[in-house]
Amino acid sequence: MAGSGVAHLRNNDEVVLEVRDIVVEFKVGGGRVVNAVSKISFDVCRGETLAIVGESGCGKTTLGKAILQLPPPNSGDVIFEGTNLTKLPKEQLRSARTAMQMVFQDPISSLDPRMTVRDLVEEPLWIWGRGDDAERGNKVMELLNNVGLDPNLVLDRRSYEFSGGQCQRISIARSLALEPRMLICDEPVSALDVSIQAQILNLLQDMKDRYGLTMIFISHDLAVVKAVSNRIMVMYLGKICEVGTPDAIYGKPAHHYTNALINSVPIPDPTRKRATVALQGEPPSPVAPPSGCRFRTRCPAATEKCAAEEPQLREVSPGQFVACHHPRG
Amino acid sequence: MTAMMTIRNLHVRFATPFGSLEAVRGVDLEIPAGASVGIVGESGSGKTVACRAAMGLLSGSNVQREGTVVFDGKELTAMTREEVRNEFGTGMAMIFQDPMTALNPVRRIGTQLSESLRVRLGMDKKAAMARSAELLSFVRIPDPQSMLKKFPYQLSGGMRQRVMIAIAISCNPKLLFADEPTTALDVTVQAQILQLLSDLRRDLNMSMVLITHDLGVVANHTDYVAVMYAGEVVEQAPTTELFANMKMPYTQALLNSIPKIDMKSGSRLQVIEGRLPNPVDRPKGCGFVTRCTYAQQKCHDEHPPLVDAGNGHMYRCWFPLGHTIARKS
Repeated sequence: MAGSGVAHLRNNDEVVLEVRDIVVEFKVGGGRVVNAVSKISFDVCRGETLAIVGESGCGKTTLGKAILQLPPPNSGDVIFEGTNLTKLPKEQLRSARTAMQMVFQDPISSLDPRMTVRDLVEEPLWIWGRGDDAERGNKVMELLNNVGLDPNLVLDRRSYEFSGGQCQRISIARSLALEPRMLICDEPVSALDVSIQAQILNLLQDMKDRYGLTMIFISHDLAVVKAVSNRIMVMYLGKICEVGTPDAIYGKPAHHYTNALINSVPIPDPTRKRATVALQGEPPSPVAPPSGCRFRTRCPAATEKCAAEEPQLREVSPGQFVACHHPRG
Repeated sequence: MTAMMTIRNLHVRFATPFGSLEAVRGVDLEIPAGASVGIVGESGSGKTVACRAAMGLLSGSNVQREGTVVFDGKELTAMTREEVRNEFGTGMAMIFQDPMTALNPVRRIGTQLSESLRVRLGMDKKAAMARSAELLSFVRIPDPQSMLKKFPYQLSGGMRQRVMIAIAISCNPKLLFADEPTTALDVTVQAQILQLLSDLRRDLNMSMVLITHDLGVVANHTDYVAVMYAGEVVEQAPTTELFANMKMPYTQALLNSIPKIDMKSGSRLQVIEGRLPNPVDRPKGCGFVTRCTYAQQKCHDEHPPLVDAGNGHMYRCWFPLGHTIARKS
């Protein structure tokens, strides 16, 4: 898996975000380095939702944050609407970031418990000096209405008074306050009940249509991203395995890892039993990733070639790219 | 079939500043010996409280418990706390929801795992440690000897959950409660843990109660399912019967809200609008009435009783699915 390569990049006018050879490493002491994201390239077109999928520790959250330069990547370029964010001075970066916002994983701990909902949603407007008091007040009301909260009931309450689903609605309202053009959602529903999950996924779709957003949606669950994405990128240990449209990825997964992820989703039907557990064990340590293809230690189709040579991304069907020496037929 | 645990008319009330909160309202449940029972419901439906109350884990001056719980022929509700405590480990055991916080962060895995062996089974230190290593290999942890010396922070979420399971099964319990054992985990690890629990149940001849909010999880890993809503069991049946012949609109709504891998991409998920009723001030009719698409006037006025549909299938609804009454949708 483990793929490097740029075959999947689209060089057209619609590309809003282009990420090139991005590398993020963390020093962990003793001269050791965690290779969180290893030379990944991808692009996102205007109005598209790109889903980034993988297990815990595959680097998907780090990648999402690196796009926002939180922290800046060790090397590589992040080009958003023609501007290379990695080269911008601090103040310009701050103002460029108003166009791209993030919704974080844990809706309860990502909101300040001492601030009222009014202050939470108004804070970005206040920091950037948008409008006067009355305009800001109206904007807050409008945002809360749009995310399905009744402003009169919630404005003066604090985040601890709300359930997880409601807190996620507040977070979404806050992230939309500056009218960003891109929204990065990091596991926005993994902490929520299934019934609430569906509400938030639908809400994100509505907000995308209403505000004309381009979205990056990070998740470990392929079933969740099916409903929301136009393009899916599967990651493993800091590398890309497979990129493609949902129809291609679910219909004919070419990478053995993608296939295992699909087969791990529980089927709510007792008459359809899965024969075996799709994937055994856990990913190896990102401090010393396997040579060649990083998935080879858990892959049913691994050969000597996989240990010797790193597979590059290549097109296996129109719009479907896979980094594997022995793709599924 | 004999019952491992029988719960009759269980009520749990908490005294709160806003009045008495009845978290569990008359639950009747039977756990047959050797069987696996799933308890499904949203956050706040009372599923965790019901199980903890049944085990006698809830204490405090603000808790009031009524009803009878018979475990393995002994009436727990008539026993002293000390006598109930003697059932823990060898009789009943529990796997708690959050593997990150349920382990003691400053004690080694070996110490935590051998504690119950020494206290409950009277093993000496050496024998307990040897048995601990065996238990770790039971739950498929590679290299158990070195695992004994590690601290919880050195393990991934999936590994910690395996350690929790090893602790729970260490004294060969007859009944195992698993409270959302996979909610904090990735889908791939979830599939592994669920398979492990099913295998252990078969090998050790245990009964199991699997608490979850996801109908997809119970479909393939339980023999019976009880669906809880607002502190009551609203539907219960053998698992295959439940999925084949659903009666409660709530159960169906819960099933429909699960994102499915074979749904069309870009399609909207079905949601259950609204939230659970306020537990301090519940509607006098059916608890689900404010969110039910089929609600009639009768549902607002009268509380539905538990109806027996045959085949061990019980439900609590005036107008179950398949009923001929004109539906508004």
